[in-house]
Amino acid sequence: MRVYALHAGLIVLLFALHFLLPAYHHGNLARVMVLASYAIGYNILFGYTGLLSLGHALFFAAGLYGMGLGIQHLGLAPAPAFLLGLVAGAVVSGGLALLALRTSGVAFMIVTLMFAQAGYLTLLYFGTYTRGDEGFVIAQASRALWGIDLSDPGNRYLAALILFGTCLLLSLWLVRTPFGRVLVAIRENEERVRMLGYDTFAHKLAAMVISGTIAAAAGAGYGLLFGYAGATFASVQYSIFPLLWVLLGGAGTVLGPFVGTLFMFYLIDLSSGITTAYMLIAGVVLVALTLFAPQGLMGEVRRRLWKGLP
Amino acid sequence: MLLSTRGLSKQFVGLRAVDSVDFDLPEGEIRALIGPNGAGKTTLVGMISGRIAPSAGRVIFDGRDVTALPAHRRIALGMAYTFQITSVFARLSVAENVALAARRRLKGSAVGSAVEAALDRVGLLPRAGQEAGDLAYGHQRLLEIAMGLAQRPRLLILDEPTQGLAEGEIEAFKTLVREVAQESTILLIEHNMRVVMELANRITVLNFGAVLAEGTPAEIHLNAEVQAAYLGGVSDAAAG
Amino acid sequence: MDLGPYLVLATLEGAVTAAVLALTAVGLSLVFGVMRVVNIAHGEFFMLGAVIAWALAHGLSGHPAVGFGVALVVAPLVVGALAVAADMTILKRLDYDPERTIVATIGLLYIIQQLTLMGYGPDARPVAAPFNTRLAIPWFEKGAEGWQMIWPWGLGTTSYKLAVIAAAVAVLCAVWALMARSRIGLVMRATQSDREMALAFGIPVERVYALVFGLGAGLAALAAVLIVPIQQAHYLMGADPLLLSFVVVIIGGLGSLPGTVVAAVLIGLSDGIISVFFSPTLAKILATLLVGLVLVFRPQGLFGKRGG
Repeated sequence: MRVYALHAGLIVLLFALHFLLPAYHHGNLARVMVLASYAIGYNILFGYTGLLSLGHALFFAAGLYGMGLGIQHLGLAPAPAFLLGLVAGAVVSGGLALLALRTSGVAFMIVTLMFAQAGYLTLLYFGTYTRGDEGFVIAQASRALWGIDLSDPGNRYLAALILFGTCLLLSLWLVRTPFGRVLVAIRENEERVRMLGYDTFAHKLAAMVISGTIAAAAGAGYGLLFGYAGATFASVQYSIFPLLWVLLGGAGTVLGPFVGTLFMFYLIDLSSGITTAYMLIAGVVLVALTLFAPQGLMGEVRRRLWKGLP
Repeated sequence: MLLSTRGLSKQFVGLRAVDSVDFDLPEGEIRALIGPNGAGKTTLVGMISGRIAPSAGRVIFDGRDVTALPAHRRIALGMAYTFQITSVFARLSVAENVALAARRRLKGSAVGSAVEAALDRVGLLPRAGQEAGDLAYGHQRLLEIAMGLAQRPRLLILDEPTQGLAEGEIEAFKTLVREVAQESTILLIEHNMRVVMELANRITVLNFGAVLAEGTPAEIHLNAEVQAAYLGGVSDAAAG
Repeated sequence: MDLGPYLVLATLEGAVTAAVLALTAVGLSLVFGVMRVVNIAHGEFFMLGAVIAWALAHGLSGHPAVGFGVALVVAPLVVGALAVAADMTILKRLDYDPERTIVATIGLLYIIQQLTLMGYGPDARPVAAPFNTRLAIPWFEKGAEGWQMIWPWGLGTTSYKLAVIAAAVAVLCAVWALMARSRIGLVMRATQSDREMALAFGIPVERVYALVFGLGAGLAALAAVLIVPIQQAHYLMGADPLLLSFVVVIIGGLGSLPGTVVAAVLIGLSDGIISVFFSPTLAKILATLLVGLVLVFRPQGLFGKRGG
């Protein structure tokens, strides 16, 4: 089917680029792939279920610190540490969901924002363990997964590709299941979905946990691959980023998160060469998107070229 | 009895919208619920379906007390509800709208067949691929009914289904309802008296939140109190 | 210092915080009350007030009171005008859709903040207060001969800080008078009550919205001008006022002005006290959790009405 060809094709393309890209872009793309996985997680909740969270950094950081602290303080090997990061993400997102899903709309946005901020501040408060804003380096030796040194750029890229590929195909599968279709319907008209006999609260809860766990996977992956954990990843900025990436790439499309992350990454990369105020670009793009193109790049593609694009 | 209510009431601040209604609906019947505007029909049906929480009273469906159950659980037990103000998924296709209704009970290829069957019965099959929001108003109402049908409900609640339909569409609607009544019990809120008189087996009349009268169309037609409540509207509409 | 005097000191400092917070939060509350939108860039309007105050004080030679006095008038007007422009170009086009407005104001936050970084730089710069006499505060101690008045070292405030409190009270009264007694206030309250009816009565709703948005921003800027001689102007200084204003407005009840003021006093005082006795980070953690929990369990706050 064309759809699977397109998405698998992207993964194949990224694999090919492993051999073709110069070192600078090779490293960038590894980073982009991990961050795009974060965006994919965000998109499940925002693009497909229609819930705008301003606190996803909490889940990303849960994965990052679950993994990082697991290695640093519990002496875990990379694989169990990664799993710990996933579990942390699932627990935190489930807990927040039980609270935040009692609200909707603007209140939901603010509640998620507030709890994420509290999380960030707590990381700072317990700086003795977490090293706060300064963060801590995860030693190269601790990042050898089954004998493979993850700090090596080649291994790192391929690991990032595996993480991204898994998240991409997972989200493609998910949104086409009956469960995924109900999420879309909830986004469109929640009351109607209720009156068709679906437990919308349970669906939203599941969506939030899935979204948070994928975000945590990205966080844990980021720490493992780039060897650093810092409280900045829990700050508001890292909650705004996935929103920005998904909006730009196309909310509610499977490829959108990757497109948006790639685009924004290079946009910021280029502008930080010009000024320290590179977040200005983020601000301008956000305003421009909400005003002129709320459906994003892949959203436009879906509207004009390929109606059935998932 | 498929559906019963006992002492069902709804009190808003300063207004008793539904006043201690005892209601029985046997299986297989087409029951019409009529009354002047503000009589409490939609509120009563809201409490039956679970959209509105009652202030007092009980709802019994298929022998089970469902008063404490949330709406989605009651729907899952076999009720289906079509909205008074059409509430379809405007940006999804007609087929997907019905598919969502069907998927709660069916899986895989069975969904597609059920969707086709439901759309065919209401006459919307040629428009299956269209965006639901692009449909004409009358067709959106038919889509609502198709969504109800796809659930194969024990009880189908239709809230003012003919509102805004043209004459020909109303005729087609009546034929459809008679057909569906062979599989489902129908509770119909309606203002169009001709439709009510021609379709209903029994009629319940609400006024100021309480049951004013209940009986066959002929009995209701002759009921002086009902006529008074409608200020002569019933007899006029029935006559021509 | 003993606990008693320390508490008095913390309360005085908290009162100054509360005064400035009340002004800022009222600005946010007005905007939400009348326009039903949440302005995430509100803290940046605050920051701009402080930065403009510095620019004026720095640029105008002479006694600090001159520069400060000018800033007190000019900064709110400039920031207010900027806000009006933002409303007419961005918010109006989004039709004041709540979710899209939040995203757009986040973008606006970054634009204002980063442009300030580019123009003003990353440093914190002080502004001299127009007057600043130290005032020692007495404390009472029971000695051998009964109650005695002592003057603990460190227990004091300044005339300027007292003036800030007085100014804030004055402005809040003026705002209340505006809303409750003037024609413009009546128009604003009508628009808040029922937008459709206001339109039907020929009220230029869009102009009212622009005015309210400008007024909200102006209040924040004014608050910043008042606090900048005590604090210092820095391009990131908008974050804390934003958070605290949020806490105040949500606890006080979105759209309720008296609630906002009471909550500001409570939050300002307790934030000051917790910061002094524990850590500022802990105070912030508690504040953020409080907002979150209030929104989940008691969304109408202390004074707001359900569904408001």
